[in-house]
Amino acid sequence: MSVSKPLPHEAAPLHVTGRARYIDDIPVPAGCLHLAFGLSQIASGRIAKIDLEAVRAAPGVVRVWEAKDLPSECDCSPSLGDEPMLSGASVCYVGQPVFLVAATSHLAARKAVRKAQITWQERDALLSVDEAMAAESRFEDGPRIWEKGDTAAALDDAPHQLRGTIDMGGQEHFYLEGQAALVLPQENGDMLVHSSTQHPTEIQHKVAHALHLPMHAVRVETRRMGGGFGGKESQGNALAVACAVVAAATGRPAKMRYDRDDDMMITGKRHDFRIDYAVGYDDDGRLLAVDFVQHTRCGWAQDLSLPVADRAMLHADNAYHIPSMRIESHRLKTNMQSATAYRGFGGPQGMLGIERVLDHVAHALGRDPLAVRRANYYADAPVDGADGGLSAPQTPAAFPPEDISSQKKLASAEGDVASRGAGGPVGHALAAPAGVQTTHYGQPVEDFVLGALTERLAQSCDYEARRAAVAAWNASKPLLKRGIALTPVKFGISFTLTHLNQAGALVHVYQDGSVALNHGGTEMGQGLFQKVAQVAAARFGIPLGAVRITATDTAKVPNTSATAASSGSDLNGMAVKAACDTIRERMAEHLAALFQARASEVIFADGSVRVGEEVMSFEVAAKLCYEGRVSLSSTGFYKTPKVEWDRIKGQGRPFFYFAYGAACSEVVLDTLTGEYRILRTDILHDAGASLNPAIDIGQIEGGYVQGAGWLTTEELVWDDRGRLRTHAPSTYKIPACSDRPEVFNVALWDGANREETIYRSKAVGEPPFMLGISAFLALSDAVASCGTAYPALDAPATPERVLMALRKVQDGV
Amino acid sequence: MDICFLLNGERVDLRGVSPTRTTLDWLRERRGLTGTKEGCNEGDCGACTVMVTDDDGTKALNACILLLPQLHGKALRTVEGIGAPDGALHPVQQAMVDKHGSQCGFCTPGFIVSMAKAHKVGDTGYDDALAGNLCRCTGYAPIVRAAEAAALSPVPDWMAEPPLPEVAELPCAPESAEALAALYAERPEAVLVAGATDVGLWVTKQLRDLSGVIFLNRCADLQRIDVSDDAIRIGAGVTMDRVLELMREEYPSYAEMLRRYGSAQVRAAATIGGNIANGSPIGDNPPVLIALGATLHLRHQGGSRDMPIEEFFLEYGKQDRAPGEFVEAVTIPRGQDRLRVYKLSKRFDQDISAVCGAFNVTVEGGLVTGARIAFGGMAGIPKRAATVEAALIGKPWTDEAVIAAWDGWETDFTPMSDMRASADYRLLAARNMLTRHLLEDLGADTDVRKVRA
Repeated sequence: MSVSKPLPHEAAPLHVTGRARYIDDIPVPAGCLHLAFGLSQIASGRIAKIDLEAVRAAPGVVRVWEAKDLPSECDCSPSLGDEPMLSGASVCYVGQPVFLVAATSHLAARKAVRKAQITWQERDALLSVDEAMAAESRFEDGPRIWEKGDTAAALDDAPHQLRGTIDMGGQEHFYLEGQAALVLPQENGDMLVHSSTQHPTEIQHKVAHALHLPMHAVRVETRRMGGGFGGKESQGNALAVACAVVAAATGRPAKMRYDRDDDMMITGKRHDFRIDYAVGYDDDGRLLAVDFVQHTRCGWAQDLSLPVADRAMLHADNAYHIPSMRIESHRLKTNMQSATAYRGFGGPQGMLGIERVLDHVAHALGRDPLAVRRANYYADAPVDGADGGLSAPQTPAAFPPEDISSQKKLASAEGDVASRGAGGPVGHALAAPAGVQTTHYGQPVEDFVLGALTERLAQSCDYEARRAAVAAWNASKPLLKRGIALTPVKFGISFTLTHLNQAGALVHVYQDGSVALNHGGTEMGQGLFQKVAQVAAARFGIPLGAVRITATDTAKVPNTSATAASSGSDLNGMAVKAACDTIRERMAEHLAALFQARASEVIFADGSVRVGEEVMSFEVAAKLCYEGRVSLSSTGFYKTPKVEWDRIKGQGRPFFYFAYGAACSEVVLDTLTGEYRILRTDILHDAGASLNPAIDIGQIEGGYVQGAGWLTTEELVWDDRGRLRTHAPSTYKIPACSDRPEVFNVALWDGANREETIYRSKAVGEPPFMLGISAFLALSDAVASCGTAYPALDAPATPERVLMALRKVQDGV
Repeated sequence: MDICFLLNGERVDLRGVSPTRTTLDWLRERRGLTGTKEGCNEGDCGACTVMVTDDDGTKALNACILLLPQLHGKALRTVEGIGAPDGALHPVQQAMVDKHGSQCGFCTPGFIVSMAKAHKVGDTGYDDALAGNLCRCTGYAPIVRAAEAAALSPVPDWMAEPPLPEVAELPCAPESAEALAALYAERPEAVLVAGATDVGLWVTKQLRDLSGVIFLNRCADLQRIDVSDDAIRIGAGVTMDRVLELMREEYPSYAEMLRRYGSAQVRAAATIGGNIANGSPIGDNPPVLIALGATLHLRHQGGSRDMPIEEFFLEYGKQDRAPGEFVEAVTIPRGQDRLRVYKLSKRFDQDISAVCGAFNVTVEGGLVTGARIAFGGMAGIPKRAATVEAALIGKPWTDEAVIAAWDGWETDFTPMSDMRASADYRLLAARNMLTRHLLEDLGADTDVRKVRA
């Protein structure tokens, strides 16, 4: 069967020959216009005077738009409607688009933009957490607060208390392919949009809204992205809308791609956080109460900041059962790029908060941090017959298309219902089964495996012996110090905005037995298309080569959710399976009647169809069904069961299940300069019954390195006037080849998902990102070896931050 | 300008080429060869890597900052020319498929070209060969596995380039230093372009319309390396990959720094003369050359002059170079085996230094008898640590020397804070580099890159 095989990425042969086509590679019709934005040079203030005559007169320029020239506000927000495509007189961050140029070439547009004469009236900008807090500059009325138990009392009663703060920086996505869109105007005012987006429906919605068109007049196609990581969930809106506006106004095709520096100046990044904590614990390091105050700088517009900040709160427990916990979350409005979705979506930040707490407690007690972690783990789920394995959902009931109009409506009819930025409907909490531990938001933790998983990893990576070796090294070496840390990940899988947990698919079987399939998910390198094709091939029992997966297209599958929240294969795999099974049942019924057998006895396997004694190729079966006037095309639909969530109270079951993993990293650092290397990393990760182990291991290796990059070399620096100073790879340093751990052992935990997911697999996009926390805490461990004080290392732990923390530790501060 | 080169084995003649047209734009916009990608347009990501072969061999270069006239007379090979003419995959391509080396695929063509270049020349130092190619998806491990797997296969015969075209001289690309001096005297306002790793960004990022350009890469005598018993004269046009090879034996510590200088693509284009002449306070060659006591040779029509290299750097953005005058060569003394170079940056590979320190401290009978210490990143120019040097001389080469020099650092340097490092960190790290040097002499382990798991 094609599922569970380590097959290469479906487009790998195209990738390696340069034939894989991205937006900027699509041949454009003659007369195509190329666009560029003119950007704000100030973080806050007004445009006193704007003179674009020189821009208009520049070579190649066809037309220039200011906000007042647009057909509508051209809102680009995925949530609040607070992102006009062009600023108008008032500007909110350095890099905000102020005007739009359409020219005959990309270079001509970029050159023209620089000829603008603008007089700025600069106001004091709100940049820091402290400034925003002092000004009460925030999204929502006040902080979100969730509490389990009486945290203040539990803190008071605890035998020991600690307080601390960790600052963690944001992160630039640095997708290798920058944002891009191409719009081809069609007859009757319709628009065909090619967009590098994780969310074609959102692009469709925003373009339709901007041009006052119904959604059926806008078709969005996305074949692939050159990386997304969350950065193409909402940040592509402005380019698509701009192209559509130009195409509508001129009747000419329009293309826009950001130059890398523009991309980094304009688009949002991962939210940075400051987390204050107070923790009460006992002599064994068991946490009794934790009080978190999370501050995050959301930037100038709301975008997806509310659900990001929610997810940070939702992961403030990580793998630990904490009797009392209070979380206060401040979503601050600042004069910077609007922070947005990024792999983990707030989860990594919340998780780093509690991992810091555990590390700090272990240090205070002088105990091995791993022992303290394990003492606080949720209880492992009992190992029983719940494992379904690969054979579990062999003959499920068909999934009939659902009437989604019965879903709860949003409060606002204007709301962007397809976006995670939408306000959430209110669900009700389900009661936990007796004896099952619950999270701080009331979700039972029924599938915990980290006890056993950690045990196995600790053994396979020889944790105890290496910890001793590290200590011995540190005792004998004056300059170079080693550190080691083993940290767990428990990550909740589902969109927290419940109604987004749905997906559609469209499957065609042609009369020659070849299969074309389409679904709402987008391919950004994560291997979704291959996994889903493997599902389809398995359902029909045909070789993978018989299945062609086609570009994501809003005209084929409507009302899709973003390919985000790690949900891609969970949702779309199930939707495709439903569509395949519908067709398969129709075929079985027809063939059974033809050969006097029972439909339940028709078997699709090994490229053949067996009907009682008859065996025929799938191709022949398809032809027979076609001639028998059987519909060989079907949609499929899936909605995730069991999820119910009230984000205001912070109660319910936001997640269908949890994905787990653990990593052990060892580092060495130079106490004279703070330079360091990751020497070795061992990972054991739970991908359920993997649909494709090779693709899953690729997500894990890549996620780890990206997560380690976030916490080490990737530093975003804004100056005191709010100008981002690290807006190109010359100044913003993602990991390079030699930064990967020299020894890098990655293995999959062999367990099936206890929930009924597609072939009992688990989502794998985001969870491994947080394995990178082990590298950060290994650095902290190495720093701690240099003195008695706790390092309280902030992130990213650049060599400079490491050295400064080291000095504090040496001084015993 | 009319130029001629081979593109994937076939001759291309172009007329009226703008001297600042980039190879990347030409490939993508004019030739429809869109396999070569634009990732950053500044030579830092490697998505646009192409292979260029000339009489000196095969190099990987960043097409985004490779100006078309630089290709005159050479052979250009893009990702479209890496596979066989019949569509068969090159061993590195097949290995990348088999080892799951591509995810989103956007960086992949650049990796393929860098890998095919390494494969062709038998280079198995993949961390260095691929340092100039950024991948955001894979974490690099499967890419290195693919490179290792492909190393077992022979170089396919289709990778051999046909004979290079015989080409005419270009009016703006003189073929000797003498011709350059004459041309530059006529057009002193012209921009000299050697490897274009810096000037390329004036074009792609600053969007400057360069009024006149003179290409140096065809000046044969500027590319000479002359080694005598006691000195090495390096022509200004010698690329950094050649300097790196030269220094592996001569000054290993310098070579180790150069291994991290830019990337394979940048080192193959950038020249030592360019790194000196642009006067950047964060260029990595000048502090080393100052510490070595190098002599700079400047030339203009009708004459030349020599100076100790540190005298060339007057103040930030200003060098002692007259109109029409250019850097012709630099001479370094041999046998300064005390040289130690320490490059400090956020990321080890392909990162501009926050601080680059070069130490040439001689010790006799336990006493410091000479010291030439110079830094990049600590002032507006590459600068000597004169006070520190003076404090060291005559002191025992022990922590006493470090202490004696302690206050001198602040006299010598008032570094700035920027996105790469704070002033405090720069000063502290510079001070600690002297300690590192001492401890290294005492036999301590001082290099995290030599530690193994």
